[in-house]
Amino acid sequence: MMSANQPLTDHEKQILRTIVGHVIPASGSLGVPGADDETIFADILTSVRRDEAALREAIDVVDGAADGGFLALSRPQQAELLGRFRQSHPTLARSCEVIAARCYYRDDRVMRAIGMEPRPPFPLGFDVVPSDLSLLDPVRQRGKIYREVN
Amino acid sequence: MVRPMVERNEAVDVVIVGAGASAAAFAWSLAETGMHIVCLEQGDWVQPGDFPSTGRDAEERAATDFAISPNIRRNPGDYPVNDKDSPIAVANFNGVGGGTMLYAAHFPRLHPSDFRVKTLDGVADDWPIDYATLEPFYALNDRKMGISSLAGDPAYPSKPQVMPPIPMGRTGITIGKAMNKLGWHWWPADAAIATETFNGRAPCINLGMCGAGCAQGAKATTDITYWPEAMRERVEVRTRCRVSRIETDANNRATGVYYFDGDNIERFQPAEIVVMASNGVGTPRLLLNSASERFPNGLANSSGLLGKNLMLHPYAQIRGYFDEPMDGYRGPHICTWSMEFYETDPSRDFVRGYCYQFSRGQGPVTAAVNGMADGLIPWGEDHHSAFRGVFDHSAGMASICEDLPEEINTVTLDSDLRDSNGIPAPKITYRLSENSERMLAHSIARGRDILTAAGARHITSRSPLPHAGWHLMGTARMGTDPRRSVVNEWGRSHDVRNLFVIDGSVFVTGGGVNPTSTIQAVALYIADQVKNRIYDLFD
Repeated sequence: MMSANQPLTDHEKQILRTIVGHVIPASGSLGVPGADDETIFADILTSVRRDEAALREAIDVVDGAADGGFLALSRPQQAELLGRFRQSHPTLARSCEVIAARCYYRDDRVMRAIGMEPRPPFPLGFDVVPSDLSLLDPVRQRGKIYREVN
Repeated sequence: MVRPMVERNEAVDVVIVGAGASAAAFAWSLAETGMHIVCLEQGDWVQPGDFPSTGRDAEERAATDFAISPNIRRNPGDYPVNDKDSPIAVANFNGVGGGTMLYAAHFPRLHPSDFRVKTLDGVADDWPIDYATLEPFYALNDRKMGISSLAGDPAYPSKPQVMPPIPMGRTGITIGKAMNKLGWHWWPADAAIATETFNGRAPCINLGMCGAGCAQGAKATTDITYWPEAMRERVEVRTRCRVSRIETDANNRATGVYYFDGDNIERFQPAEIVVMASNGVGTPRLLLNSASERFPNGLANSSGLLGKNLMLHPYAQIRGYFDEPMDGYRGPHICTWSMEFYETDPSRDFVRGYCYQFSRGQGPVTAAVNGMADGLIPWGEDHHSAFRGVFDHSAGMASICEDLPEEINTVTLDSDLRDSNGIPAPKITYRLSENSERMLAHSIARGRDILTAAGARHITSRSPLPHAGWHLMGTARMGTDPRRSVVNEWGRSHDVRNLFVIDGSVFVTGGGVNPTSTIQAVALYIADQVKNRIYDLFD
């Protein structure tokens, strides 16, 4: 087994790419890529620094469950194995979910598809529906609710 | 005597340990005396351009570099916390501004009844001061921090409005209508967020990332409120300076503090007055680490209560999912509050109470991650449709429950874990009381009532929230009896007469609201006491 502070090997990267593709697959009907998309996966690889140890362990568990042949399994077989993995190793599975989601949902194509502008929050910010202070009339009419203290 | 091989600095009048909410208010107030005041902060200044909201990786950085847990964040200024023996992990930020850098800027005051818990409800203890004593300092702090609110909240005595409230948004309006159906109290939340240009701060533009730092500068963090004014009055803030212990002399007076500077050189800072402002975990940690022959159980601990009575405010989170779009990631996360269940009601199976803070939705990453954790969003082809039913369609609340002080809930020194300077890390031992468990359950049930009345099609809940230990209180409580308190009614140690504690450690009880407003009001009050008693401060 590789030590935790070494980068993922190509084999490990292939397995991880397959896993995140199961977490969030491409959708032809919605016209969105999956988390295993080349651009998105490249982004994932740049952001796994803090999670490398957990991801390596997840990869080992998944590949180990297929006797080192996870990549050779059919997609339905992989999905079935990953279902068992999520049950048996929820914390490791969560690490895979997190790294998939955080890079997937900042991809330009994905952000547009979910109705967002592909930009950071600052400096433009966002609009929020203003207040309707008349809704507070019943609260005012009820009067004070705090306890007096002498 | 200063230990050999330690650099000795020039003596100052006051050394403050920590540069967060309380330290900034205290230093600003005391600056007018002209005393030489130095603040030692183990973290650093954060530049606005460094906050996550400036980048496309905003949500990732909010969960890593700017995570609320020091054990995840692991910045150079952080120290580890052993919180394995607690269902609630500690949240903090180590840097100029302290916890205000990452807080939600939700800014309620304690209520008058919170200071009279023993008298009114027969539990815990009364504070040695009351709401009326703190009221002018609350008001002063509201003006200095720049608070947005709506005057006339029937849950509080009258308090002035500094700026108009933050917008309710779809979330506040939807939940407000539900509260009206139920006949329950709700109100726009007091927020330490500028809604108009205020003292050089730009107004809020709804970045939706208050909890990871405000790049706009609309949020009242003490690095941009109190500290610039205090520094103009010649208060000196030294960053990357980690205090390890307080030294005392044969007269049981503090003589100064040992610290490691940014180059890891150990120094001694002599001072006439030592002020602890390191929060309800950091302060007892350093006082316990200052044990000596004269103070074998830790400094200022003749009562044996130092580090005990830790209160954390257990949170429950209740969220609903709606067919209609909500605010999603837009706007300050908390919009309105309810104090309906705040005061003790004898018909309930618990004493004291809680407030609700009603909250908007989340960014897409957080919505997806939480949705998968809650079982709302699956892996595979159905991920996309499930995500679209969650993202931008959720709203909810957190209940902030009052946990009563119990001596079994503690901050101690960990026997093994140490920070990068070899200083023992704090160990948290905390359990939920039956009263807290019942209160949490009540808040979840009523929260479900609210979200059902609001039209939510699906409701989830979590209790207690595991990473929400923001409110660190009670570990150096104030009181008039030296056998039952660590500091007196104006923050001075009973044992060491030139040692003060000004942070949330001094809380006798915690109420059921976020404490920053009260922490700062107490710090301003203690500073006022120091100024008024300057000629007989140590008598």
